[in-house]
Amino acid sequence: MSDKAYLLTGLNGDKTWGLADYIKRGGYEALKKILREQITPDAIIAELKKSALRGRGGAGFPTGLKWSFMPRQFPGAKYVCCNSDEGEPGTFKDRDLLRFNPHIVIEGMIIAGYAMGCERGYNYIHGEIFEIYERFEAALAEAREAGLLGKNILGSNFSFELFAHHGYGAYICGEETALLESIEGKKGQPRFKPPFPASYGLYGKPTTINNTETFASVPYIILNGGEAFLNLGKPNNGGTKLFSVSGHVERPGNYEVPLGTPFPELLEMAGGVRGGRKLKAVIPGGSSAPVLPASIIMDSTLDYDCIAKAGSMLGSGAVIVMDESTCMVKALERLSFFYHEESCGQCTPCREGTGWLYRVIHRIEHGQGRQEDIDLLDSVSENIMGRTICALGDAAAMPVKSFIKHFRDEFQYHIDNKRCLVPLELQREGSKIYVG
Amino acid sequence: MLEIEIDGKKVKVPDGGTVMDAANKAGTYIPHFCYHKKLSIAASCRMCLVEVEKVPKPLPACATPVTNGMKVFTHSEKSVKAQKGVMEFLLINHPLDCPICDQGGECQLQDLAVGYGGSASRYAEEKRVVVNKNLGPLISTDMTRCIHCTRCVRFGQEIAGIMELGVANRGERSEIMTFVDRTVDSELSGNAIDLCPVGALTSKPFRFSARTWEMSRRRSISPHDSLGSNLVVQIKHDRVKRVLPLENESLNECWLSDKDRFSYEALNSEDRLTRPMVKQGGQWIETDWQTALEYAAKALKGVIGEHGAAAIGALVSPHTTLEEQYLSQVLIRGLGSDNVDFRLRQSDFSADETRVGIPSLGMPVAEINELDRVLVIGSFLRKDHPLLAQRLRQAAKRGCQINLIGHSADDQLMKLQANLAVAPSLLVGELAALAVAIAEQKNLAVDASIAALASEVSAEIKAVATSLISGESRAVFIGNAVVQHPAFASVWFIAQTIADLTEARLGFFGEAAGSVGGYAAKAIPQTGLNAAAMLQSSLKAYLLVGVEPALDFADSVAAKAALEKAETVVALTAFRSAVDAVADVMLPIAPFAETSGTFVNCEGSAQSFHAVVKPQGETRPAWKVLRVLGNILELDGFAFESSEAVRDEALSGGLASALSNRIGSVTLAKGRTNNGVERIADVPIYFADPLVRRASSLQKTRDARAPGMRVNASMIQRLGLEAGGRARVSANGVMAELNVELDAGVPDNCVRIAAGHPQTQALGPMFGNLAVERI
Repeated sequence: MSDKAYLLTGLNGDKTWGLADYIKRGGYEALKKILREQITPDAIIAELKKSALRGRGGAGFPTGLKWSFMPRQFPGAKYVCCNSDEGEPGTFKDRDLLRFNPHIVIEGMIIAGYAMGCERGYNYIHGEIFEIYERFEAALAEAREAGLLGKNILGSNFSFELFAHHGYGAYICGEETALLESIEGKKGQPRFKPPFPASYGLYGKPTTINNTETFASVPYIILNGGEAFLNLGKPNNGGTKLFSVSGHVERPGNYEVPLGTPFPELLEMAGGVRGGRKLKAVIPGGSSAPVLPASIIMDSTLDYDCIAKAGSMLGSGAVIVMDESTCMVKALERLSFFYHEESCGQCTPCREGTGWLYRVIHRIEHGQGRQEDIDLLDSVSENIMGRTICALGDAAAMPVKSFIKHFRDEFQYHIDNKRCLVPLELQREGSKIYVG
Repeated sequence: MLEIEIDGKKVKVPDGGTVMDAANKAGTYIPHFCYHKKLSIAASCRMCLVEVEKVPKPLPACATPVTNGMKVFTHSEKSVKAQKGVMEFLLINHPLDCPICDQGGECQLQDLAVGYGGSASRYAEEKRVVVNKNLGPLISTDMTRCIHCTRCVRFGQEIAGIMELGVANRGERSEIMTFVDRTVDSELSGNAIDLCPVGALTSKPFRFSARTWEMSRRRSISPHDSLGSNLVVQIKHDRVKRVLPLENESLNECWLSDKDRFSYEALNSEDRLTRPMVKQGGQWIETDWQTALEYAAKALKGVIGEHGAAAIGALVSPHTTLEEQYLSQVLIRGLGSDNVDFRLRQSDFSADETRVGIPSLGMPVAEINELDRVLVIGSFLRKDHPLLAQRLRQAAKRGCQINLIGHSADDQLMKLQANLAVAPSLLVGELAALAVAIAEQKNLAVDASIAALASEVSAEIKAVATSLISGESRAVFIGNAVVQHPAFASVWFIAQTIADLTEARLGFFGEAAGSVGGYAAKAIPQTGLNAAAMLQSSLKAYLLVGVEPALDFADSVAAKAALEKAETVVALTAFRSAVDAVADVMLPIAPFAETSGTFVNCEGSAQSFHAVVKPQGETRPAWKVLRVLGNILELDGFAFESSEAVRDEALSGGLASALSNRIGSVTLAKGRTNNGVERIADVPIYFADPLVRRASSLQKTRDARAPGMRVNASMIQRLGLEAGGRARVSANGVMAELNVELDAGVPDNCVRIAAGHPQTQALGPMFGNLAVERI
């Protein structure tokens, strides 16, 4: 944990997730400040813009700008939605945030409602973490009890109600428009954009959707100012960020570090590569981000711009570490299976292409690869990318392209020799489960 | 207006238009599957991806709104690469079984694969196989061919008004299916076959019977409901193989009702009469035309000689053409009688006394979509007029408030402002109350005779009144059940009053393809007997043209009795079983596909058509049969060379000027207080005319199941019945046993028992009292 941490800090105690503890940590001060000083929505959005807070869900879109798209004067219902449908393989930060500090998200959403003129919010929580949904419901009950949610919050004339909604585990419902469809009780399928949610969102009303961690960053900005938040990180990459480190490290887990932290520092915090083996590759931003070989990632800092320059994406901050015991073909086979399984089936390239990719990689991994397969994979990925309704198509294609780009020799070896380039003994060693 | 450049061609499109709209306007074809001009945008097939200047990714033309100055390249390298990529994906799991696919030759996927598909597949994995579904007797499935365009799903939701098909499962395992083994029962279901761009949904009756390129395509007009849908009839070896819609935006758009689409099967029915027949000693004997016609002429002359000309009459089906109706009346009048009528299911003819002109829709069909407020009186809307109902559904979606007052509150699959069911005996009173309520809300006076009849104004009626006095464009429509109603004239007069009070247009939906034509052809009595009177006064000879007496009349029992008592019944018929019980001579006439003729539709458009196939056997077009019969009877005015000549003479007075929905003053019939059990009779969609009754696939649908007795829960209790049990129903000493079906839409004191079906034919009149007891 960095000393700049504010999302997951001060969480030692019995019921640290509870309202009393949160208030002791300075919780709801930002909300009180807004209501007390009658800070205008415009001022809040200006502060957000100054903070360079960028969406923590994966796309990294500037939050202040997104909030400014909401037609605040639009009469009638408007909604603010929180995307806690954390389905990206490797990502587990929102789960911990909601488990240990749910009120910071609630406070962030209330402020969002205030800033965008919404009276209603939904937090869509991934269906496979049901205890987190229950935790969030408990926190909501506390907040309602304390008059922090509902009519005339803290005696002001601002009213805001917030509801939790749990999904059923479909990855696609993390796509913001599929999420809206799912809240509406429909099949979770992305909508074609335009129109964007800011004009036609939940139940056809203007809606803003942000990631859990994004909302959780808002109270800090209100209390300390956009400038202070920006200074936590680096220009255009304000604040700290949660990184979910998994894979071949000694201490996998969530780490909150300022944006711009060099990757080796994060790796060290996580205890370094397991068993002292050599680092092979890292997927820096969740399974849909292109993989980066060790040589590139070790020279990178963890922020949106640097990772993008290195040819990948910071994404959701899910750092998947792979050491030299990893067979890259097998790793890609697993990833491709995931996208094949999670495609909603609505549009052609993704519905048909993800299964094709998986089957070809599966064949290669099982010693039935053909010489033309590598180029085929590359070309099929190319045909999926940028041709689909939502980003799942790109998410399925990017790992394939990047694995082939950086580790083509391993795929070629598989096809030529019908076995892995990485010796099996080493693979077994690397996949041992550590106890304690 | 926005200006856009498509492949260098500049076009202007209205704000909100898409690139696809602009391309259509510019005459540029962009390949597509899921896009359909009448359906919402799915943007899911991705076939229409095109390159747009300054946009890095190709965009779907169907869903991309035009911006001013946009430059689109539909055939650039980037566009074609994207389209070819999508085509490859569509084909990898497609079975490519074109040689055994009914869609072969008219398949959008096949056509576009020629332009965008590879000559060999790069896909070397196992292909997907999808289990076929049973969607009922009309739609055949080969679901492995499905490309998931969801046109069929959107059609159900948006046009038919009911989502019978949906996409189940996800990803590659997505499948189009119904909800747990249900069938597709919409009366518009066949359109899904046309919409399917591949061979996943094909026509079950047509399955494997011809290839599209083997058939010739000829235009025709549907002989069923009053819309006069335009048809493309496809023919192979002089047999009708299939019927498809001919697009006519002002009538049927690109749709057809299942009745229009699948009734062609009856043309090739075993029951077709193909040689003239004469009854001798109770036996039917086949004979030649000359003998049969001379026999008929002699019989008619014999009756006239003995009993006078007033002892003969002609009953003409409302599904016959203008020409057939015209020559029928010329023949009867030539013989000196004025007994001719085509309004077989009507029971109150008093409107004829003050009727100003020919009742019709009173507006172009296409204007239905633009109405803001509508009152429909006495219509089983969706089943009586599937495509007019579809237009009202689109109007409702636009915000039109539709108020129905009828005898049953059926689900019309559209948003209704009101859907009131009243017993037939209460209809006059309730409508009078509506007139009173409207007058009150608008501070206008209402005719005292109407006020005197009015029931107490209920909250529902008040709400209908409030709805009808607002909006810009209003209409009051009179449905078939009103025309068949025993107080038809009174209802018409009150409907006119309501229309006048609300400044609405008044119109008749019209029962059949020839309902306007019959009036135009003057196939109605001037001084003679109308259809009901002809049956009541037991004429000595009847000429039946296209009629099926047991099922086509307001009172089937009276019809049977009158015809059995007659000395001579000359029947022109396409089907033997329609008349063989009552006729003495049967002259085989050609149904719509085998004759030329004209149908005047509900809006008053006279649509002429040619025969599309040769008449079967010795069948002859009815207009020719009537002409020859006229010649044999040595009557004047039968020198016609063609059906066009008949039409021109029939319409020589001008049609448009003769149309009017006005009615003069009427002695209003006070609805009797009725403590008994009243009958409500709908004419089920697939029992409405002799042709559709013999369409074998339609007869297997849910809409064609044998009618039961439908009653609401309180009536079940009152009559001591049990839903699902049996009941004995009797009227005038005749009995029928029927299943009891619970239907909350039937009003109190009423039982709904369909007419037009052999099972209920014994019960006689469509309206009136019945005795019901539990079995």
